Amino acid sequence: MTNGLPLRPPHPQAPKMRASGGLRAFSRRWGRALVGLPPYAWLALFFLIPFLIVLKISFSETQAAVPPYQPLIGWAEDAVLQIRLNLGNYRYLFEDELYFDAYLNSLKIAGLSTLCCLLIGYPMAYAIARAPRTIRTPLLMLVVLPFWTSFLIRVYAWMGILKNEGLLNAFLLWTGLIDQPLQMLETDFAVYVGIVYSYLPFMVLPLYATLEKMDLSLLEAAADLGCRPFRAFRSVTLPLSIPGMIAGSMLVFIPAVGEFVIPDLLGGPDTLMIGRVLWSEFFDNRDWPVASAVAVAMLVLLVAPIMIFQHTQNKSGETS
Amino acid sequence: MAPPSVKQHVFAPWNDPDAKPLIRIEGVSKSFGDFSAVNKVDLDIYPGEFFSLLGASGCGKTTLLRMLAGFEIPSEGSISIDGVDMTDIPPYERPVNMMFQSYALFPHMTVEQNVAFGLKQDRMPKARIAERVKAVLDLVQMSSLAARKPQQLSGGQRQRVALARCLAKEPKVLLLDEPLAALDKKLREQTQLELVNIQDRVGITFVMVTHDQEEAMTMSARIGVMNAGSIEQVGTPVEIYEYPATTFVADFIGTANMFDGVVALDEQSHTVVDCQELDARLVVGHSSGVAVGAPVTVMVRPEKMMVQREPPEERVNCAHGVVSDIAYLGDISIYHVRLASGRKVQVALTNLRHTSEQRLTWDDEVYLTWHPANSLVLVQ
Repeated sequence: MTNGLPLRPPHPQAPKMRASGGLRAFSRRWGRALVGLPPYAWLALFFLIPFLIVLKISFSETQAAVPPYQPLIGWAEDAVLQIRLNLGNYRYLFEDELYFDAYLNSLKIAGLSTLCCLLIGYPMAYAIARAPRTIRTPLLMLVVLPFWTSFLIRVYAWMGILKNEGLLNAFLLWTGLIDQPLQMLETDFAVYVGIVYSYLPFMVLPLYATLEKMDLSLLEAAADLGCRPFRAFRSVTLPLSIPGMIAGSMLVFIPAVGEFVIPDLLGGPDTLMIGRVLWSEFFDNRDWPVASAVAVAMLVLLVAPIMIFQHTQNKSGETS
Repeated sequence: MAPPSVKQHVFAPWNDPDAKPLIRIEGVSKSFGDFSAVNKVDLDIYPGEFFSLLGASGCGKTTLLRMLAGFEIPSEGSISIDGVDMTDIPPYERPVNMMFQSYALFPHMTVEQNVAFGLKQDRMPKARIAERVKAVLDLVQMSSLAARKPQQLSGGQRQRVALARCLAKEPKVLLLDEPLAALDKKLREQTQLELVNIQDRVGITFVMVTHDQEEAMTMSARIGVMNAGSIEQVGTPVEIYEYPATTFVADFIGTANMFDGVVALDEQSHTVVDCQELDARLVVGHSSGVAVGAPVTVMVRPEKMMVQREPPEERVNCAHGVVSDIAYLGDISIYHVRLASGRKVQVALTNLRHTSEQRLTWDDEVYLTWHPANSLVLVQ
């Protein structure tokens, strides 16, 4: 014996079967739970607990120390536990207009960017879904291809394109359309370009998925019933692709609201977005409690409407 | 009983030289790349007719139907409906409606909205649309489920909605692509007659595609049997079963016993064929119209054969063999008789009694005979 394993006497058949049967019963009972556990554990560890920490900090007060906030729970005297909940950070959010404006502007920029993504992404997804089957995969690859380059590098590339002596201005000057370079970088325009460019694939992919699985005989049926192609698109294709439009819009809108890198690199000093405000509270002012309050408020503002939406979606899904 | 002086009206416009066809298909071919799906089809379909295109899958019947609907454009030839050439007319302007095999009901609309869809395209006033929708839903007995969505309906109910949606526009022609294929057997048989009744009531010309010969024979006034892109024979169910024009049709419709031979004598009233395989002369009760010595096939249906244990006096219209398989189907039994050549012939006998005195069993030696009028010469 070269493998060094001890030679076991052959087991009688029956006990062996009982053993494996026991294992099977065990795996039947706990297997499902074990498979489901890792995602929940992951979410608890890296989402729920950090969020609770942020929530805790948002109720504390700043102090010049390490860490830069006072503990929430402390001993006042012997055996008296004291919890200090400081709501001042939240009141501050309401008092200073900066925060409200930043929220509103973030929603505006994210909303308009989502709309642009939808208007550009829908024809793209439609064209890919209706393209010959053999070239669909290459076309989808092209949509996903930018992800193979670092996000940051792609945003820097846009700086090179949009700046005053950049590629786009050079081209426009060469064509003679303008005689002065246009100020594009450090404007809201550049922020829109950056967000739409970066998040377009997230709109195209779910839209493609819904459009691709649509039963084309429905369009034939529409034509057969006297419906011209454009009307057939409006009354059949468009309503049936709403789930894809919603999924794509969510995937673009939610991260766009909290976007920090794009407005910071492409936006001007007056491009007010909540992500930037958060950053400066945290790193410039070192006011962790207010930064935390901003983060919690953003989460509530975003998550609450989405949960209400999903709830109504599920309800209408059950009844239909 | 009607008195003999009143001649009963028989619907057979195809026999009337003055009748004008509603659909005229002339020399229509369709190829996809190298593949020729439909090959030089000529066909006339008359107003009020229930016409079936019958064939195995891939025979081109669906392509022909889709050309009528306008989803495919003929590579050659022309189609006209009610005297109007359809070549350049898109599907949404044709006076035909199609019932799809998948039904193609709009999943985001209720039954009512599905049925109203076609009428809305015509910009019909709302009140008239509602009236019409109610009328067709009543016709297919689906009024009580008008507010449901298609996914809340059973297969049979969806089929009815699909039919109602096509009927709503009162087309000149209704095209049906395997309309009953998705239903189970019992429901399918019930729906067959219902569909014929509806067709009778609305008086619209129906063109149906099916692969199910029983379905075609139950429902149609005439059947076009298709094979490899061509129409092999057009005729009433009786014609294509009793008088198939080709060996393909004989074999495709029902079961056929076929014996190859050469013509020994051809007269006005009968043909005599020498059949080497059976070592017998076959007398067929009609003229074959081919020269003596020409190779032909004689076809006999299983239910038209008689079985006896003793050899007949003459070896005319006779086959000799041994029972090798028996299929008991309740109403009839099918006996497979192996001939000396090793080939099997099928005989169908009605089970008149529980136990017949002359009940056949395996390995019985039998002689099969048939009447000259019950066989047919097919020219190869």
